Amino acid sequence: MSDTTEDIEIELLLEALFQRYHYDFRNYARASIKRRLAQALTQLGFTTLSALQDRVLHDPKMLPRLLDFLTVQVSEMFRDPSYFKALREKVLPHLSTYPSLRVWIAGCSTGEEVYSLAILFKEEGLYDRTIFYATDINPDALAAAEAGVYAVDRVRKFTENHQRSGGKSSLSDHYTAAYGRAVFDSSLRNRVVFSDHSLVTDAVFAEMHLISCRNVMIYFDRPLQDRAIGLFRESLARKGFLGLGSKESLRFSTHAPAFADFVPEDKIYQRREP
Amino acid sequence: MTGEPRKVVVVGASAGAVQALLTILPALPARFALPVLVVVHIPPDRDNMLVPLLQSKCRITVKEAEDKEPIEDGVVYFAPSDYHMLVETNQSLALSTDEAVNFSRPSIDVLFESAADAFGAEVVGVILTGANHDGAAGLRKIHAAGGMAIVQDRAEAYATAMPDAALRACPAARTMTIDAITTYLTSLGAA
Repeated sequence: MSDTTEDIEIELLLEALFQRYHYDFRNYARASIKRRLAQALTQLGFTTLSALQDRVLHDPKMLPRLLDFLTVQVSEMFRDPSYFKALREKVLPHLSTYPSLRVWIAGCSTGEEVYSLAILFKEEGLYDRTIFYATDINPDALAAAEAGVYAVDRVRKFTENHQRSGGKSSLSDHYTAAYGRAVFDSSLRNRVVFSDHSLVTDAVFAEMHLISCRNVMIYFDRPLQDRAIGLFRESLARKGFLGLGSKESLRFSTHAPAFADFVPEDKIYQRREP
Repeated sequence: MTGEPRKVVVVGASAGAVQALLTILPALPARFALPVLVVVHIPPDRDNMLVPLLQSKCRITVKEAEDKEPIEDGVVYFAPSDYHMLVETNQSLALSTDEAVNFSRPSIDVLFESAADAFGAEVVGVILTGANHDGAAGLRKIHAAGGMAIVQDRAEAYATAMPDAALRACPAARTMTIDAITTYLTSLGAA
């Protein structure tokens, strides 16, 4: 099928975002980008993507508004409780043999997974020897992650997930609720480095013992997924762990041989000896 | 783009889906020549028991879709619970955790609209029984792109809201009984 006008406009807009602002969505899975741009058009009040492109090129204030449509993910704390249970029961016992630990939450969005891991590491007595790197490309999402404030009506689900993950504390020990918002304790982020980092254009920045990157790479096309997995491969210490989303896998990646299945049902992999 | 344009069948169902799918899918022959992509509304946190059930009853392959999986003929792909399933123009599947559409994730509209984008006139869209209006906009888009739009006859649907909404949005859609849909798909996919 030949490209429609809309396909051409998407191509041009993504190219413009890259050249003007170095945000690179050109190798994101196109079907989802198309949906998100359609939403952005309606909600930002433009009739064509060309008009939106004109505005975003000339008005940097439009960029964060557009980024919110292109990047922000709504997640939950302890989403897929069995993943956190597997980390708790199978991965953390290995990590506890190290004197110091580095954990990377890649594509942390608004921080739900960061606080989940911080609580998990606290409960298992590893928090104080760990540095967490929470990275994302969206500055507004990073700011929200750093603030750690969530609508209180979401916390019920968070609590249920936390319990199902084998939580040893009560989630309410970790936040104070006021005015319809749950404010998570600053002691959960005093060892977290929030930082701008792109899996698409940036490089390795530290050696990690655990990398959690869930439901981020499903938005990438296969070559881009492979680049990100290559970054994880280079970043991981010998026998370090990689956790992916429940429907993601390394099956289609050229880097697959560098990893062994560790908890296959929860998509946790272990870096093989190099 | 890989290969010739080929037909793809997309199916959406909600309340009453199990019975309807248990009639249609087991009737398809082992050498059915088309891919079938299915969205059924299932509560999140519930393991999809429908796939194992249908696997045991069907002659063609039934599986849960994986992200970036190439779409193969003669395979039925179900959207995993709590993920949208989309079709890419390179004829592979993509999953997403974008927010719910029509209070649904997976959403039938998301599948149907991306299928219409990627496969144009080669899409056959089927709306079965259901108690909400998900899929109506997607079916209209399939028809607008030149594809075939089919709605289950409300007289035999377990829940009529979804077929009714689909017909309102896409009045040109053909109304068929489950038996007629099964016969139609079988002839379409005769290898």
